Amino acid sequence: MTQANIHTLETPETGELEQEEVYALLAEFEDVDGVKSAAHALKGEGYRLFDVHSPFPIHGLDHDLNITPTILPWIVLGGGLTGMAAGLVLTIWTQSIDYPFLVSGKPLNSMPAWIPIVFELTILLSAFGAVFGMLVLNKLPLLSQPLLQNERFRRATDDRFFITVLTTDKHYDRQGTAEFLEKQGAAAVEAVTF
Amino acid sequence: MATIRSDSLIDVPAQNTGDDPRERAALVVGANDFSTVTEKVSRIAETRPQFWWWIALLISLSLVGLLKGCLLYLVTTGVGVWGNNQPVGWAFDIINFVFWVGIGHAGTLISAILFLFRQNWRTSINRFAEAMTIFAVTCAGLFPAVHIGRPWLAYWLFPIPNQMDMWPQFRSPLLWDVFAVSTYATVSALFWYVGMIPDLATLRDRAKNRIAQMAYGAASLGWTGSMRQWHRYEKAYLLLAALATPLVLSVHSVVSFDFAVSQLPGWHTTIFPPYFVAGAIFGGFAMVITLALPARHLFGLEDFITARHMENMAKVMLGTGMIVAYAYAVEFFVAWYSGHHFEQYAFLNRPFGPYAWAFWTMIFCNIVGPQILWFKWCRLNPWTLLFAAMCVNVGMWFERFVIIVTSLHRDFLPSSWAMYWPTWVDMGMLLGSFGLFFTLFLLFCKFLPMVAMAEVKTVMPQAHANGHADYRATLGDEATGREDE
Repeated sequence: MTQANIHTLETPETGELEQEEVYALLAEFEDVDGVKSAAHALKGEGYRLFDVHSPFPIHGLDHDLNITPTILPWIVLGGGLTGMAAGLVLTIWTQSIDYPFLVSGKPLNSMPAWIPIVFELTILLSAFGAVFGMLVLNKLPLLSQPLLQNERFRRATDDRFFITVLTTDKHYDRQGTAEFLEKQGAAAVEAVTF
Repeated sequence: MATIRSDSLIDVPAQNTGDDPRERAALVVGANDFSTVTEKVSRIAETRPQFWWWIALLISLSLVGLLKGCLLYLVTTGVGVWGNNQPVGWAFDIINFVFWVGIGHAGTLISAILFLFRQNWRTSINRFAEAMTIFAVTCAGLFPAVHIGRPWLAYWLFPIPNQMDMWPQFRSPLLWDVFAVSTYATVSALFWYVGMIPDLATLRDRAKNRIAQMAYGAASLGWTGSMRQWHRYEKAYLLLAALATPLVLSVHSVVSFDFAVSQLPGWHTTIFPPYFVAGAIFGGFAMVITLALPARHLFGLEDFITARHMENMAKVMLGTGMIVAYAYAVEFFVAWYSGHHFEQYAFLNRPFGPYAWAFWTMIFCNIVGPQILWFKWCRLNPWTLLFAAMCVNVGMWFERFVIIVTSLHRDFLPSSWAMYWPTWVDMGMLLGSFGLFFTLFLLFCKFLPMVAMAEVKTVMPQAHANGHADYRATLGDEATGREDE
């Protein structure tokens, strides 16, 4: 059973697995305020392996969810620099070294003429970095996920807000966590199995 | 699927075109909450298309058939079937190319530049404007690919090592075009797709039949809407917008270099790059309006694509139209001021030469017609707005015709002057490209989320913590009719 690698959380400290194969507790909330305050309360209780799922991004939760700034911009910078280098090498090598072709007495290495090529390749590889970097960091594509089998969770892409507390969290206690979530105003709490 | 609770609906009056700067106009009108947004947008993809959709698809597909026939005839016979001649070696092929690439620009402007400028009103229209971009660029790519005469050798344009030990000529603006347009197409498609992932997940979660579940499931990549996913997703989207912004400006600038880098009177002008970019946005917005006006009505999306959206687009079109008008004036001024008599002749030949009808069509359609948009009721009335947009669609095509044909047909040597007239193959391919565009667009409307649901939800009052109560308070009990709660 590989539970913790689905989310980019740190490795759980308690390695014991539960008897029944529960992946997480799923709590449903009806509005943004409810899910925000519940997430804040969970963090206050010391929970770390939990996540909020919503149909659109909710801002102001990063601290409660221990989300650290993403390295994506650096990946994009790397992509851009690679693209720029590729453009320069391509133009300089093909036009000035491998296949020199004199046009109207222009210099063989006419740098201003390479600008469009270098620019476009810089943008292209930066964009690849942004898209594929985001997918890799988000561990997508992921075609099998316990949450996606859950009927209730389908509204996470519609109009409901969910908190999932992984069973691997060291504060996790089936009964206690469920009660805590209900006390925070969850409309429903259920266990999601593998 | 979800039950709609009446207390979660916020009823916003449909009139959101007020100009009071102290008030922030509602971006979603009508009685809506998150689930009605999902419902109204997803319904289009989930139900059987209406009768008019089949008719429209049938017409578009027949035009695609015409395009295919013309292409087959062209490839098997040669580009001689076009009306191109000496000296008009470029005609409909490049006119259509520049026209279609230009159409694409509004989509990227809406999705990238307006995103960076925090113009939240873009959220309801960006998805299908981006789709329009991609389909327009598809149509555009077709023309340069076949105009080279031997399209099976089109791969020579790409820097692929080959047995001839030859490389493409990177000094040529035509090769810059290859890189600019293919990068533009790729980045636009990625931007469009990334923006669509959360909405594809919505369709996946609502899908009833197995095929739809599999298709949307694969396309949405296992998206769960986790806040950790959203965090990187938003960053990626912002970065893509920041990358697409210089890209959209560069693409039409590079296209204009095809002309401006030459020595031909009428083309050799430094104003071309900004003028082409403004013209592209002008023509692109006209096409967005042309598509949005019927789409919002026929698909019942008036709550999201509101009167304010149409009005804003009309204003952008009017603004860029004024830039285009200025560019026309500058071209004439510079021709006169240069003292270069070939240049002066080229510009006298436009309004008074044999293609004066094309020039004056362009002037009427691009400069005179859209002026009605100064009046608010013209921006709000669908018919007058459609009239202005259709004027621009026609005018921008004629603008490229005027630039290309009038400059080529009479250049430096009167002994080589000639007239150009299109053949039926030229006309067939132009019509056929519209067929291809509308076929792709109709299929998009049917199978993909036309409005960015996830983004629209973020601009609704319910999305903001405590915003719910505050918003009702500002509306007053009378406006919401909820004093009993």
